[in-house]
Amino acid sequence: MKLAYWMYAGPAHIGTLRIASSFKNVHAIMHAPLGDDYFNVMRSMLERERNYTPVTASIVDRNVLARGSQEKVVDNIVRKDQEETPDLIVLTPTCTSSILQEDLENFVDRAQMESKGDVMLADVNHYRVNELQAADITLNQIVKYYISKAQKKGQLPEGKTEKPSVNIIGVSTLGFHNQHDCTELKRLMVDLGIEVNEVIPEGASVQNLKNLPKAWFNLVPYREVGLSAARYLEAELGMPYIDITPMGVVETARCIRKIQEVINAQGAEVNYEGYIENQTIYVSQAAWFSRSIDCQNLTGKKAVVFGDNTHAAAMTKILAREMGIHVVLAGTYCKYDEKWFREQVSEYCEEILISDDNGAIADAIARIEPAAIFGTQMERHVGKRLNIPCGVIAAPIHIQDFPIGYKPFLGYEGTNQVADLVYNSFT
Amino acid sequence: VIGTKTCGYFLQNAMGVMIFAEPRYAMAELEEGDISAKLNDYEELKRLCLQIKRDRNPSVIVWIGTCTTEIIKMDLEGLAPKLEAEIGIPIVTARANGLDYAFTQGEDTVLAAMAHKCPKEAPVVEEEKEERNAISKLLNFGRKKEEVAAEESEYVEHPPLVLFGSLPDPVVTNLTLELKKQGIKVSGWLPSKRYTELPVIEEGYYVAGVNPFLSRTATTLMRRRKCKLIGAPFPIGPDGTRAWIEKICSVFGIEPQGLEEREAKIWEGLEDYIKLIRGKSVFFMGDNLLEVSLARFLIRCGMSCPEIGIPYMDKRYQKAELDLLEKTCQEMGVPTPKIIEKPDNYNQIQRIYELKPDLVITGMAHANPLEARGINTKWSVEFTFALIHGFTNARDILELATRPLRRNNNLKDLGWEKLVKEEVAAK
Repeated sequence: MKLAYWMYAGPAHIGTLRIASSFKNVHAIMHAPLGDDYFNVMRSMLERERNYTPVTASIVDRNVLARGSQEKVVDNIVRKDQEETPDLIVLTPTCTSSILQEDLENFVDRAQMESKGDVMLADVNHYRVNELQAADITLNQIVKYYISKAQKKGQLPEGKTEKPSVNIIGVSTLGFHNQHDCTELKRLMVDLGIEVNEVIPEGASVQNLKNLPKAWFNLVPYREVGLSAARYLEAELGMPYIDITPMGVVETARCIRKIQEVINAQGAEVNYEGYIENQTIYVSQAAWFSRSIDCQNLTGKKAVVFGDNTHAAAMTKILAREMGIHVVLAGTYCKYDEKWFREQVSEYCEEILISDDNGAIADAIARIEPAAIFGTQMERHVGKRLNIPCGVIAAPIHIQDFPIGYKPFLGYEGTNQVADLVYNSFT
Repeated sequence: VIGTKTCGYFLQNAMGVMIFAEPRYAMAELEEGDISAKLNDYEELKRLCLQIKRDRNPSVIVWIGTCTTEIIKMDLEGLAPKLEAEIGIPIVTARANGLDYAFTQGEDTVLAAMAHKCPKEAPVVEEEKEERNAISKLLNFGRKKEEVAAEESEYVEHPPLVLFGSLPDPVVTNLTLELKKQGIKVSGWLPSKRYTELPVIEEGYYVAGVNPFLSRTATTLMRRRKCKLIGAPFPIGPDGTRAWIEKICSVFGIEPQGLEEREAKIWEGLEDYIKLIRGKSVFFMGDNLLEVSLARFLIRCGMSCPEIGIPYMDKRYQKAELDLLEKTCQEMGVPTPKIIEKPDNYNQIQRIYELKPDLVITGMAHANPLEARGINTKWSVEFTFALIHGFTNARDILELATRPLRRNNNLKDLGWEKLVKEEVAAK
């Protein structure tokens, strides 16, 4: 038992639901007590979603405790199959179903016999993984399911697209600025002459997953979601993947150079150096900002960075390497992926904090007294209390972090947005 | 709250910004070792409660049992008295879980548990203390004897009356004063402002509820504390408030003074709002048990109501309210609403499409999707936090109920009612 006031990453089923409801025409059914379906509220509110969230609960109540779910789960799956005719129904276990230890796999098999759509059980354990890990696992599970299915039926397309092409893997609902990042990445690909083959899971159809192998490579912009699927596709079909987050000027260039390397290895003869230079020097304002006297005034100012792996690592590098800011502490709540974070940031900051205890990070901020904080909503409120400005760079986030205006964090426009965020936070 | 990350994530999201204000709540987050009973419940709870005692020094700790503690059958009621004795802080145990209860019923389980903790007899009158809040002053505690005697004479002689239901302070003052006008003295409120000020409840006291979801508390007060329950409609809306006061008066054999004029005056003041909703229809999807009272008030305002969804209907506790609803419908010449207990949201949405009500009172999961389909919604949760009780707060109820209609009056002519594509809208 542990005393907790706040958590950075949600429970496992949230991750599964984020993936399932990102796909088009996929329905999730939670095996959960009344009230656990607050995911629908979050999605409807934060994403300002116009459509009903395709998540329902197969309610666990006293009768279920006494007699087991029996036909209930199967009936609910079959009913939803008829009402909404989804391509796929994902039965989602929760903390409650974890301890009831019902044979959900069996329910899925039985429901599958009566359903037109596909039915699967999300393979996540509440007590072992968090939201982010579960999202990664579920995305991989769905990709694997449809690739294997196509393999069995001999429906995997032969060969690659004519022009170089990419799958963007890991863009999902309730992800931090994911929609804007996705648009920016697509623009970047257009600039590079690369076709976007599929974006998953956001807006994708599971029926199209069999087309994934047509792409020349996979791009995984976020560390937390999509890597397992990319690794599976590499192991199973020999598809190369790139996991460099194009956030910040230097990392965006690194990502583009890696793309160049990967597609040239497959016979595309491209050279992106001119593009990188043009963007860096003239299009993106971030490099110029670093040189300007505005940024000069920030030199050596103290900052603390805390967030998920992707954004905290990228932000640390931007602040230290591109703006000359003194990052005293960089931290992440992704404890399960600690090694990666340490590798990424160790040369750019003095201290590293790996913790999901909001008290620990709040204490560190109070001790360091930075001039600005880059963190989650929790750090923003710590900043408020200590009168230190904070730029929000990672989930958990509020409705104001789902802006309607175009605010990517990735790609070249992302570098502009980040420069604004940094400058406005310090001044 | 003794539960899992799922519970914690819900509270963190539902409480919004309150979570950053050092709230007096925390999760005792159960880990795998707790579920498999590798760890000792008693020792774990003791460790955490001592930590709370050290950090916050509360006068009571309330344990909220959850689905998980129910399923693993953690004996909170058994552990509490032992731990209470050991650490010297009272512990109230309330099983407010999603297996058994919905939303506001959580308050009911907590108050029912607190009803057991109310002192059985009045303490010997203490000397005046420094800390006295407005309410207890009002209740004559610690005043000089002559003053008390003078004020006592303002009241009619009647057996002690204790009201139950948690309300914001201004509303408590307001309702207490309304009764005072009739010469009725409120001897105490369950809950009170502080745990140490819980009212004395002796056998034979009269009790009255202020909210429709307090049936367990009412039962506990009747059966365990041998109180007499005054079954009245609830003081929501001027009609409800008048009926509530009249019923209390009638039980004490008091002729109510000036209520008719007071009610009429309130209605007069509401006319500007009422003309916006008169003749329109309202549909309650149902989630907080205030539905019957609100529907009764809105019908009195001239609306019609085809359906009242409600999570749980206690026909005995709500009898007077149901009778008033019936009577109101007859007097206003509209059909009595269909009351649907534990409604199926999916089917309700189909009925909403057919009935095309002018206003749907619903939860956040459905509000945005319905708005996008051109259906006006009011978010139901707001009714639980707004001040809606008593004569003077009737305006606030209408302020909420008419908000979408007023917003639409401002936006009409823009042609933006339906904002989803047709094929999607059909879903």
